[in-house]
Amino acid sequence: MKKEITGEESAAMKAQRRKNFIARYGSLIALVLMVIIISLIKPRFVSFINLRNMFRLASINGLLAVGMTFVCLTGGIDLSVGAVMGCAGMYSAYFAQESMGQPAIVAVLVGVAMGLVIGIFNGVCVAYLKVPAFVGTLGSMSIAKSLTYLLTDAKPIPKLTESFKFIGGGMVGGVLPIPIIIFAVILAVCFLLLYKTRYGRYVFAVGGNANAARVSGINTKRIIASVYVLSGVLSALAGVITSARVTSGVTNTGEGYETDAIAMVVIGGTSLAGGKGRLWGTIVGIMLMICLTNGLDMLGVGAYYQMMVKGFVVILAVMLDSLSSD
Amino acid sequence: MGVLLEMKGIQKSFYGNEVLHAVNFTLEAGSVHALMGENGAGKSTLMNILIGIHRRDGGTIAIDGQEVEIESPAVAQKMGIAMIHQELSSIVEMSVAENIFLGREPVKYGLIDYRRMYKQTEELLETLHITLDPRTKMGRLRVADQQLVEIAKAVSQNARILIMDEPTSSITDREVANLYEIIRNLKERGTGIVYISHKMDEVYTITDKITILRDGESIATWNTQEATNDMVVKAMVGRELTEQYPRREPQIGEPILELKGLTKKGQFEDISFTLRKGEILGLVGLVGAGRTETMQSLFGLTKAESGEIYIKGEKVSLNKPTDAISHGIAYVTEDRKGEGLVLPMSIAHNTTLPSMKELSNKVFIKSAEEKSRTEQILSELKVKMASPKLAVKNLSGGNQQKVVLAKWMLKEPDIIIFDEPTRGIDVGAKAEIYKLMNEFVAKGKAIIMISSEMPEAMGMSDRILVLSNHRISGELRQEEFSQDSIMTMAMRYM
Repeated sequence: MKKEITGEESAAMKAQRRKNFIARYGSLIALVLMVIIISLIKPRFVSFINLRNMFRLASINGLLAVGMTFVCLTGGIDLSVGAVMGCAGMYSAYFAQESMGQPAIVAVLVGVAMGLVIGIFNGVCVAYLKVPAFVGTLGSMSIAKSLTYLLTDAKPIPKLTESFKFIGGGMVGGVLPIPIIIFAVILAVCFLLLYKTRYGRYVFAVGGNANAARVSGINTKRIIASVYVLSGVLSALAGVITSARVTSGVTNTGEGYETDAIAMVVIGGTSLAGGKGRLWGTIVGIMLMICLTNGLDMLGVGAYYQMMVKGFVVILAVMLDSLSSD
Repeated sequence: MGVLLEMKGIQKSFYGNEVLHAVNFTLEAGSVHALMGENGAGKSTLMNILIGIHRRDGGTIAIDGQEVEIESPAVAQKMGIAMIHQELSSIVEMSVAENIFLGREPVKYGLIDYRRMYKQTEELLETLHITLDPRTKMGRLRVADQQLVEIAKAVSQNARILIMDEPTSSITDREVANLYEIIRNLKERGTGIVYISHKMDEVYTITDKITILRDGESIATWNTQEATNDMVVKAMVGRELTEQYPRREPQIGEPILELKGLTKKGQFEDISFTLRKGEILGLVGLVGAGRTETMQSLFGLTKAESGEIYIKGEKVSLNKPTDAISHGIAYVTEDRKGEGLVLPMSIAHNTTLPSMKELSNKVFIKSAEEKSRTEQILSELKVKMASPKLAVKNLSGGNQQKVVLAKWMLKEPDIIIFDEPTRGIDVGAKAEIYKLMNEFVAKGKAIIMISSEMPEAMGMSDRILVLSNHRISGELRQEEFSQDSIMTMAMRYM
């Protein structure tokens, strides 16, 4: 046996380890660097008020991205999240009108129920009726939009109850916004669900190899359907919070949010092919996208340029991941 | 015959790990040369260097006595080197002719000259005695025929060195005979063929020479006629395997499983048998006889149209895998990568996948228990690995099969169905799997084993059931086992 390691060979091993490191932590390093650079130019970037604003934004986008992570782990995709968000926002706002005289909880439940129903619809289509996820959720996106516009003939819904508005604009102790608290709780639950329960294990297994999962006695269809339900409910919650935050129901809420959510998930290193990914990566992806938008705003970069920058960032992140994980 | 290819002192390292240490390999024109060795011995790496996928770190390659540099697969193709991979890579939506001429279609007025393409394909197939219509879509052909098309494609590219990687792994005996004909035909044309195979009988039938690789070194080269089975096995594993099929005294007990008239038209018909505790029941037959289909139905993967299943005397209905598993049945599938393992998942998580319910309380996974149970079963089965946290795809075939076994053993089943338990794994790992099977039935449990390898079926089974054309065509007790009687029964309803 000739297996002694020469200097040259250990350099090759080091190179491999460096590559793995970049694959795992590349996005996180990029995020840290970005925060440092922007705050050096614009110290206001790391002021308490701005950070709180960013986190509040992140809480809403984050709900979509966390749900999307589960969907992507099974090898699927949910294009309806933005539309579900808008739909749930409108329906909850409808029941939160002062003229309706309903308590806030009813409005919240109605909104979440919309997400639940569309989520179940998606899940049944994809898991049981064998419609490809891309097509099934593209269809439900259109359906959800239609439901949104039909409710008020596309007119906004103003004059919401104070208790409902508190969900989006309220703060605990006058400093900590409610949406951030909601997101933190949901995030904690999702972490436990994915890494500490057998359900999470099954999500990874189904995405990694559905046939092997089935032979191992896993009800693969039910697992696949469930991630769309989760995604639908979380998106709906994001819609409810948004309506409460902007103090009215607006039909274009959530438009285009699906692409941001997908970008956040893939920046975080989750593979669209399924079976491979990490939830904390999605958190990095969320913060990266939010900081990028906010930072570019502060630096005075116009919105039309921002789209280009974001596009390149997504491609770069996934490219680093693919190139270094062969 | 002249020397066609000479590889001398080939070295190759991956990330500091030298996998080939000065390997020598010589191929003569018009000969078939078997390349044998356990998984991980370096066969694939050596062949990948030859077809330009990897670059060698040291050594020389000469073709017709001329030293060459094979920088890329395109260069290899130009030099007349082609490989028929185990997993075929044809484009199923295209016709036979389109596949053969892919990338070099005959052109007339800037358009593909289909008439000429079909005509040339016809001529090509005729010279090789392959009877296929050039217009058939590739996807409609059987695997064996797709393989022949790939061979024809290699020939049409003037391949003089043809590498065949386990060409018989998924084709029937009759198709194998046909393949041999084609190989002999190619030999006469002066083609040199590198034949990678684990199957001894094939190597003896078709090859002229044998080279054995072990741990990245070329151990020996013999003329096939001079090599005995023992020599080959010893060279491959580096030690003598005294008992390929370890002996045991079967303790056959009471019935544990009974099938009565299980039927699904066109797949399996009127299948009845009884499996007893302590027994290994062999299920043999030609490919397509319905062995796997029957077992899939027993495991709840497909539904039978009629018939009854009794487990420990109690009638059961097995509509989904969960039903079968909860009745103590486990299924080690034929297709390890397709159905056995979740490849990107870790070894540990694959092992506990069917047992997650037992390893969880109401809400959470009991991590400590999961870890200790996993480590215990993996060490019992001697799975060789750096860490159980590694993705299972990094393991060799034999170790992957042990992980499949570990995941079912952890579930403590009463009956294990083995579908081709040792397909594609090396001799050393085979012996270990056999030993584990014996230990399992010694505990009063039972095994149904589907096997296409006759020596394995006869060496391991206490009783053999033969299927022919979807029906049971005979049953043999151990003292009645013979290749002849099994083959006769397998052909009975054809």
